Amino acid sequence: MPVFRFILQRALQAVLVTLAVTLFVALAVRLTGDPAVMMTAESSSVTEEDLIRIREALGLNQPFYAQYLDFLKGLITFDLGNSFFRGSIADLISIALPSTLILAVASMGISILISIPLGIHAALHKGGISDQIIRVLSLVGLSFPNFWLGIMFVLLLSITFPILPASGFETWSALILPALTIGIILTATNVRLVRTQMLETLSAQYVMVARAKGLSEWSVIYKHALRNAAIAIVTFLGLQFGNLIGGLVVVELVFNWPGMGTLSIEAIAQRDYPLLQATVTILAIMIVAVNLAVDLVYGLIDPRIRVA
Amino acid sequence: MTEATQNPTASRFQRFRKSRFAKFEFVAGVTLTCVLTLLVVFSGVLFPGGGSEVNLLARLSEPFQSWENPLGTDPLGRDILARIVHGGRISLTVGLLSALGSVVLGTVIGLYAGYYRGILDSFVMRFADVQLALPFILLAITVIAIVGPGIDRIIILMIVSQWVQYARLVRGSVLSLREREFVQAAVSYGLPNWKIIFSHILPNAMGPLIILLTLNVANNILLESSLTFLGLGADPQTPSWGGMLSEGRSYIQTAWWITVFPGIAIMLTVLGLNLLGDWLRDELDPLSKTR
Repeated sequence: MPVFRFILQRALQAVLVTLAVTLFVALAVRLTGDPAVMMTAESSSVTEEDLIRIREALGLNQPFYAQYLDFLKGLITFDLGNSFFRGSIADLISIALPSTLILAVASMGISILISIPLGIHAALHKGGISDQIIRVLSLVGLSFPNFWLGIMFVLLLSITFPILPASGFETWSALILPALTIGIILTATNVRLVRTQMLETLSAQYVMVARAKGLSEWSVIYKHALRNAAIAIVTFLGLQFGNLIGGLVVVELVFNWPGMGTLSIEAIAQRDYPLLQATVTILAIMIVAVNLAVDLVYGLIDPRIRVA
Repeated sequence: MTEATQNPTASRFQRFRKSRFAKFEFVAGVTLTCVLTLLVVFSGVLFPGGGSEVNLLARLSEPFQSWENPLGTDPLGRDILARIVHGGRISLTVGLLSALGSVVLGTVIGLYAGYYRGILDSFVMRFADVQLALPFILLAITVIAIVGPGIDRIIILMIVSQWVQYARLVRGSVLSLREREFVQAAVSYGLPNWKIIFSHILPNAMGPLIILLTLNVANNILLESSLTFLGLGADPQTPSWGGMLSEGRSYIQTAWWITVFPGIAIMLTVLGLNLLGDWLRDELDPLSKTR
């Protein structure tokens, strides 16, 4: 039963990673000091009884492992308790998480639309002028900070030529600039990926056979080469999810996009540690889940992977 | 089947063009990196004021108008060019120190884990899984929120989270090198393990390590600018590229130059390193099909 064992092994590994990440974040947040003292730092008339009451209300009088188990239980039931200042964490996240996912999907979509045709073109004209231009451009794309590109877009398309809104969430047009920013940054990596994978499959024997059979060039490239390259491309796109999330955190802030990144940065500014713990943990779990899904799908499609 | 193998004449022409491209990458990469590094190293001589001389009469002057402030001034009348050149110190320091720290730690652990396997080896692999699940920005946000902002903390965090990339890379090389004849021969001579590791295995694992190091410096410069932009990095008083971008953002409607030029400085620096890394990858891996 190698398939069953493969699934079990990867799932177990993902669970262990999740536990490690949540434990790390929980420990880190715990090291911040006494949340009850921090919450009341602004007001002057706090008595020791007040502090004890706050600690009891937040469950801080329990030992660390009990708090950690509570937090895990909260993650599973999506009852994440209250933030210091802004009410239920689950409510805040149920608004922020969809906005982040919309942005993530939109930017990934833009990146795929640009990088697949460009990558195929570069692979087919390997060593040619256009290949070299694409290669240099992708290096340039890897060379500036994502938030700076965002600010440049705002400067060009919202201030100099006021075509698109620079921030907000109300209209669909507000999605364009942030999605374009992250999409272009992702494209810089993805073009190289598509190019490499296409070169790899174009030199495979089944492509030679397809050519020898006298199939049209279009059919050879799109039906034989691209389909086979697609498996690897989709896998790498999935593994890029972590980078995508990391990039979103900063770019959301530039565009005041009400997602998980903005929520995390606000939590830091207000020293709202329960909220920060929840946002970081949920993002990390999502990354683990996507990586696991990609691993499983790839392993099931291509049995050669299961061995590794 | 590639164009080169279909047509031998094209192949020679393409090889010529390819080497021209490699030459371009090398020359452009070295020039950018050297010029920017020299500017930053001699920033104290070039701009003795440190870019923090306030001149309220010249506040927000536009660029390309005077020799005194060729790239304009910020809201306090400080010279943008001087601040960029001085700000480079932070970027280069963070980039270099973090990458050097990670490469040393990661190489030592990777050599040991790959050669002896055992518990350390499985620890390296599991740690790598965890690191993959927690992007550096998220890790930094969590930790900096607790320990407070600062460049020293960012460097330490980068080393703590990035050594594992090197360890994995070195471990992989060691695993394959260990089976090679020249290492087997050294073992049968009865050479001590440390000698085999350092004089037979490490030199042969250097290539990919240097490529990763170059790209790592580049990437960490970008990360540092992001963190400083978020207010988690360098102290706002010292000039830094991320800090200038974050200050300039409030003036983006009226004074574009405060935000545009520091971004270009980051881009040129990182591009120089990326070009070098790309060139190295081709030079050190001549058999790669995808050149």
